[in-house]
Amino acid sequence: MKTFDYVKPATVKDAIAAASEPGAAYLAAGTNLLDLMKGGIARPGRLVDISHLPDLDQIEDLPDGSVRIGALVRNADLAHDPSFARRFPVIAEALLSGASAQLRNAATVGGNLLQRTRCAYFYDVASACNKRDPGAGCDARGGDNRLHAILGWSERCIATHPSDFCVPLVAFDAVVEVDGKKGRREIPLDKFHLLPGDTPERESALEPGEMIVAVRLPAEATTFAAHGRYLKVRERTSYAFAVVSAAAALRIADGTIAQARLALGGVAPKPWRAREAEAILAGKRPDAALFRRAAEVALAGAKPSGDNGFKIELARRIVARAFTLAAAGTPARVPALPASPFAAVSGDVIHA
Amino acid sequence: MGFSTTLTVNGVKRTIALDDPRVTLLDLLRERLELTGTKKGCDRGQCGACTVILDGRRINSCLALAISHDGADVLTIEGVARGDRLHPVQEAFLTHDGLQCGFCTPGQIMSAIGLIQEAQAGDDPERVREGMSGNLCRCSAYLGITEAVLEAQKVLDTASQREVA
Repeated sequence: MKTFDYVKPATVKDAIAAASEPGAAYLAAGTNLLDLMKGGIARPGRLVDISHLPDLDQIEDLPDGSVRIGALVRNADLAHDPSFARRFPVIAEALLSGASAQLRNAATVGGNLLQRTRCAYFYDVASACNKRDPGAGCDARGGDNRLHAILGWSERCIATHPSDFCVPLVAFDAVVEVDGKKGRREIPLDKFHLLPGDTPERESALEPGEMIVAVRLPAEATTFAAHGRYLKVRERTSYAFAVVSAAAALRIADGTIAQARLALGGVAPKPWRAREAEAILAGKRPDAALFRRAAEVALAGAKPSGDNGFKIELARRIVARAFTLAAAGTPARVPALPASPFAAVSGDVIHA
Repeated sequence: MGFSTTLTVNGVKRTIALDDPRVTLLDLLRERLELTGTKKGCDRGQCGACTVILDGRRINSCLALAISHDGADVLTIEGVARGDRLHPVQEAFLTHDGLQCGFCTPGQIMSAIGLIQEAQAGDDPERVREGMSGNLCRCSAYLGITEAVLEAQKVLDTASQREVA
């Protein structure tokens, strides 16, 4: 690990000033950053430790019915907060399907949004990677790429965004609150992560020194609590990143879908909202054929970036299955194997 | 540049001078405090051998900078027994053969203590397995580990009920 200056500011303002220098990086839990630094993938010259900043670890109910999650709230604390999990069961399930208990106990909300891809060529400093070293080329093209992107990728980069948490967040119109030298601003999560295009090294809309202070969920997101699921196919039962995942949610009134939400994970360089698929579900009665049609629409623009054509049909099936399970009702408790397509769904459903 | 960090480790307050900000909590425990019960497996947050309880929560100590946790309370495998009396989780690992070579065992035991405190798994073996999935065991003693965690939880539940009564 390259050495670095270590600073521990007492306020957000001081943190922003310290992190606005070139080569600086924010340190929260460090569960991703320290791993990248050990491997020589991230080489910050200065670490600005924000893990102890006050007031960023709260989950607040705002007067307009929205919920504000501080950037330093731990993944486990959010998933296990009873009031949050009751209103946002899909988000709780996604959180609990990610990483391990130890990592969820440490990793923060802000850090989850900013975690880097798990592309093996990005991690291997002996490989060419345009994201790590702009202009170097991409060894994932023509390499072992069965887990790479099928949507939103470019010739320069075919890596996927690894977050589970971000998938339901983008489905529910989450907004990212950031603070920086020019003051506070808000970025819809769907605009927060950037597609790679010709500049895969630019991954988010954050300007240098800007810091995530909170993630906000609008009140409307709670109206999907009774019919929502997060499903995630992994290469082992637990503690693995998504091959393909989907957050699917429905608001059903009098047996008809009033509104649908859908986002996919593991398939694109960012959490992938599928609005066109949502639109064809509105006003219809839920059934398997309809969900299959929505899945086809969601994957209409997909194309393999390598030996990963199988992910397109896999994603269609996961979308259709997630909607079918969502229509049946959100389980009253997150299943023992969160988000597993193989888990038996039994017991009570939520009556929100 | 010199730094120092003050930690309460297994109930004892220690102030440790650090000549380098890169020292992880794991390396601090092993190399500076000679508490080598906490193991370094992958050193990348994948295997769980370095699990300790930091401020009441189980974490991977290999992915924590010591300097970032100034003032924290750390419980390691060296701090769980009471003299010659093993912790109920240690006892249960012996009873149920929850180990073979033993390298992952300190991490397994610290993770199990954390899991029981978190109280999310109940008596469901599937929830216990899921909750322990951050601890790899290359000897594959998983069956015994799951049984040990379930039994230790029962013992600790009974003990805490006795305390309440």
